[in-house]
Amino acid sequence: MTQAARTRELIPVIGLEVHVQLETQTKIFCGCSTDTADADPNTHTCPVCLGLPGALPVLNEAAVEMAVKVGKALDAAIPEQTRFHRKNYFYPDLPKDFQITQYDNPICQDGELEITVEDSDRLIEIERAHLEEDPGSLKHAGGSIDQAEYTLVDYNRAGMPLMEIVTRPDFRGPEEVRAFLEKLTEVLEYLGVFDADRDGSLRVDANISMVSADAVAEDDSIAVATLEDTNRTEVKNISSHKGAQKALAYEITRQRNAIRRGRAVEQETRHWDESRGVTVSMRSKATEKDYRYFREADIPPLRVAGWKEQISIPELPDARRERFGTEFDLSDETASKLTATKAVADFYESLVGQFDPDFVATWTADVLLGELNYRDRSVESVDRKAFADLLELVATEAITEKNGAEVVLRSMLDDGAHPETIVEREGLGKTDADAVATAVATAIDNHPEAVADFHAGEDGALNYLVGQVMAETGGSADPQTVNQLLEEKLTS
Amino acid sequence: MTTETVNADDVRHVADLARIDLEDAEIELFEEQFAEILEYFDSLDEVPAVDADEELVNVMRSDEPHESLSQATALKNAPETDDDYFKGPRVS
Ligand SMILES: [Zn+2]
Repeated sequence: MTQAARTRELIPVIGLEVHVQLETQTKIFCGCSTDTADADPNTHTCPVCLGLPGALPVLNEAAVEMAVKVGKALDAAIPEQTRFHRKNYFYPDLPKDFQITQYDNPICQDGELEITVEDSDRLIEIERAHLEEDPGSLKHAGGSIDQAEYTLVDYNRAGMPLMEIVTRPDFRGPEEVRAFLEKLTEVLEYLGVFDADRDGSLRVDANISMVSADAVAEDDSIAVATLEDTNRTEVKNISSHKGAQKALAYEITRQRNAIRRGRAVEQETRHWDESRGVTVSMRSKATEKDYRYFREADIPPLRVAGWKEQISIPELPDARRERFGTEFDLSDETASKLTATKAVADFYESLVGQFDPDFVATWTADVLLGELNYRDRSVESVDRKAFADLLELVATEAITEKNGAEVVLRSMLDDGAHPETIVEREGLGKTDADAVATAVATAIDNHPEAVADFHAGEDGALNYLVGQVMAETGGSADPQTVNQLLEEKLTS
Repeated sequence: MTTETVNADDVRHVADLARIDLEDAEIELFEEQFAEILEYFDSLDEVPAVDADEELVNVMRSDEPHESLSQATALKNAPETDDDYFKGPRVS
């Protein structure tokens, strides 16, 4: 490529701020329960999270433990001392008019996470990860944010424990961002500190700018000066892996078009409007300096560097995938499917001792996950004992694989009946050899034209006869056995 | 010593951050008062060093839920409410 062409080629440079809610029982600075899913507004508050005068915030030890686990999983440093700051701004979702967060001394520093995109590995550097409290939630009365006459505020969410994970601008495309978010949430779920199904548990802000391709060095790095000289936008309000990919794809096109038309990209904050699929300028002028950070004097500093050694974390997805591959002799693809969530991996591992590992892998990764996916259900909703009984029926050839998958499993998932009950109800018990032999003889007697076709070398004839036998036995015969038997009878 | 002076624009910016509307006359008044307040800090430089109390560290509580306020109690002191909610100004 010529130098001129390279200059015209623009590469996106993206960094993320990922907010995840930690799965504690109580809020980060008070004892209010975090179990607010079906609660009425403003029923999970107290003087601390309402910011009433004189209330004293006290840090939740579980939130700190979880932060240390996250740091350990991301291979980050836990500094000797870390502390909290007040970030000052006025907005109705913030009852104290400041947010307690961490500023110059976050609890996790300099970590990394490896992702795989299209078979190549990329190492994403984590600049920092810190603890903070969530603000409340707002409802804009009378429609959209710019048309509302007033705001309704619910402080149930205020004080929920958040971890903000900040990456370096290491992403070069939306697919990498999506892969990172998938990997990150997978790791967090493995750690037991995060629940992806909880409403609002993941929120992402993305910084994005476009630099010319020749500014990217051999090792994929970009000079700090280049990044500082390039205007970037911050896209807020992203709440899913897919949303992140879409929002960034949109923003890349928007910036690329602006540059092509010779217009400057404004340095600004933009709001991702999921329903319209566009980013919209937010005209916010606050800069970091305007937040007037100062030390939170109510919360003494933390010295928890030693916890990194004391707190253990479970085997993480990458390690488990590798172990599944070698220990159970599974393909990469199957091992990946089985370790994508901790729940599935645990499920598989709890059954693997009772059966052939490959057999359980197929039934879990392909059959069961397929049926669950179709029903938008998770593996946690499956009765493990009942599933094991189903595998036992298939493994001992009491029922056919086909009936096991298509009738028993589906019925088990849909009406919760026990496999044995379903087999009996549907008459699926494998027909004994005598009955199959009789059915084969009947099929041959009743369909002389098919028999003639078979001898004439017509391909479909045998299949037709197999079908007749299967119908006769109510689908309980093993198609392969029937095939074999028919062939023997017809050619003898 | 305080070297930075406070000008009218600084006052306007701070007032803006605090969501306070100021008249021109008030801006002038606060400009002077700001300068005076900042001078007080200079006197801190004259305080001799003392041994500070040892700082507390790792003050934490266990993750056990406590009862929250009732909704009625939570909303009781709010200047304005609307059904289950606190009512605030429009933001945009
Ligand atoms: Zn509270």
